[in-house]
Amino acid sequence: MSKTASAPGTAKISTFVLLTVLIVLALSIVALGMAANAFLTGQEIVAGYLAVIGAIAMTLSVYVLIQSRRHVANIKIANPAMMTTIECRKCGFKNVREFQRGDYVFKELESCQKCLDTKMMITAIYKEIKEKEKQYPF
Amino acid sequence: MPTVLGEDGEILNTLAVLPALENELFQLPTGDTISQILSMLFYVVFIVFLFYGQRIQMYVMIREVEGSLYKLKYIRDEGRKTAIETIKEIGKTQTDPSARVDRYLEYFTISPQSMDPAGIVYKLDHILDVRDTRLKDEVKLMAPAVDEVQTNNLENTLEAAMALNYIYKVVRHYYIQGKKTLSLYTIMQLQMILPLVMKEAEAYANALKAFAYGQPIGDGAGPLLAAKLMHGYEVRKVPKDCVVATVPIEGRTALVIKAEGPGGNVGKPGDAVKAVIDENNGQIASVIMIDAGLKLEGEGVGEVAEGIGAAIGGPGVDQFKIEESISQYHIPINAVIVKEDIGDAVSPMRKEISDAIDKAIERVKSVILERTKEGDKVIIVGVGNTIGIGQ
Ligand SMILES: [Zn+2]
Repeated sequence: MSKTASAPGTAKISTFVLLTVLIVLALSIVALGMAANAFLTGQEIVAGYLAVIGAIAMTLSVYVLIQSRRHVANIKIANPAMMTTIECRKCGFKNVREFQRGDYVFKELESCQKCLDTKMMITAIYKEIKEKEKQYPF
Repeated sequence: MPTVLGEDGEILNTLAVLPALENELFQLPTGDTISQILSMLFYVVFIVFLFYGQRIQMYVMIREVEGSLYKLKYIRDEGRKTAIETIKEIGKTQTDPSARVDRYLEYFTISPQSMDPAGIVYKLDHILDVRDTRLKDEVKLMAPAVDEVQTNNLENTLEAAMALNYIYKVVRHYYIQGKKTLSLYTIMQLQMILPLVMKEAEAYANALKAFAYGQPIGDGAGPLLAAKLMHGYEVRKVPKDCVVATVPIEGRTALVIKAEGPGGNVGKPGDAVKAVIDENNGQIASVIMIDAGLKLEGEGVGEVAEGIGAAIGGPGVDQFKIEESISQYHIPINAVIVKEDIGDAVSPMRKEISDAIDKAIERVKSVILERTKEGDKVIIVGVGNTIGIGQ
């Protein structure tokens, strides 16, 4: 068991891969330049080939870069707020606040502000997920 | 300057400055040579893919697994950290619990030999009891000052951390094995089940947070329903770690059972149901079980469904015991489930599930009205982890 929790998301892409990607990126730029050059000197077919090669190489290298960035950015544990509903059983007074450690459903709290003889009670603890789930036509 | 290729015009215009420089840098070969080189290149690429396509595919998969493995390691480390921090915070210990936690995370349980399966349920039951006692003792050693509720919560927290540790280790095992043997099929199998494994790991990570704070989880739907029914009535303890209350419902007498809250605890509903049936000499008109049920994709969270049978998960010991005691007295058994997926079941309770409890209570009442006569006795069991739910 490692004692040091490594900082996530840094230096996850190996330098070798990064170097390769950068070389490919540089070559793709050169290829595009050569394509422009060839086009200007009237060699349309060559220009087309070079442009296609340059474009593919550039897309691939950019894709690999984004991809490796993305799996780094992915590491996050969602933590939506938990809410606690407090109710007075006598007058129906209701209050929703954030969850505090020690809360549980049917825990008795301090007395109600209006009716001093009854204690307030936690009636529900839940998390609300705001984002809608993806809908499918079935 | 001639017009250049449509939309790319902007880029090409700026690049048009380069030619003067380029002509000096590389002598551009004639079109013929270039197309020859290109077709050669094409053949080379074709041949490479023909012979090494599978290997390239494998490296892509290995990369994918690697990414998930980083994530699993991060989740595992976070879980361990949360567990240690919670123990320090709740237990108020002076000593560092890290070493003990690390040892705890490596605990294993060996299930009984099943070559001759007769009587295996009670062997398994015994092993699970020993495990439970052992883990609770371990928690008490780590944090001696905590009460029963917090011991249960800490035990649950540590068990979630244990599960995360195990998932990480198994995935790492197959990843390294796949890399060592360069076997496409090892890597492929791992890559295929990875989305499900990741979902489970994320669920456990959420569960760990919930256990650490003592928040109710989705699996608590059953105990929450039972708590709502029994609240305000006298509650007494039944074996093991369960409570029962006698509640009048629709002219019948309901014996409502749930695990004792609000600590993280599932109790042993099997033993509790048996005890209550025996107390009443089998004079029970029906047993109604309420549990969180796994939903299929496409079904809504918090949908309520009803059916027949012992609705209870886990290792199967409690289901066996309940089925045994009801068949002894020929008691009909009904089940009501609240649907949710595996992620919802172990992560903090969603509002949809909390809201579905009132619907489920209506269903339970209609089952009682339709399936029993006035004056009958019924047992209502709220199955699940009662963390964050009192009674
Ligand atoms: Zn009031």
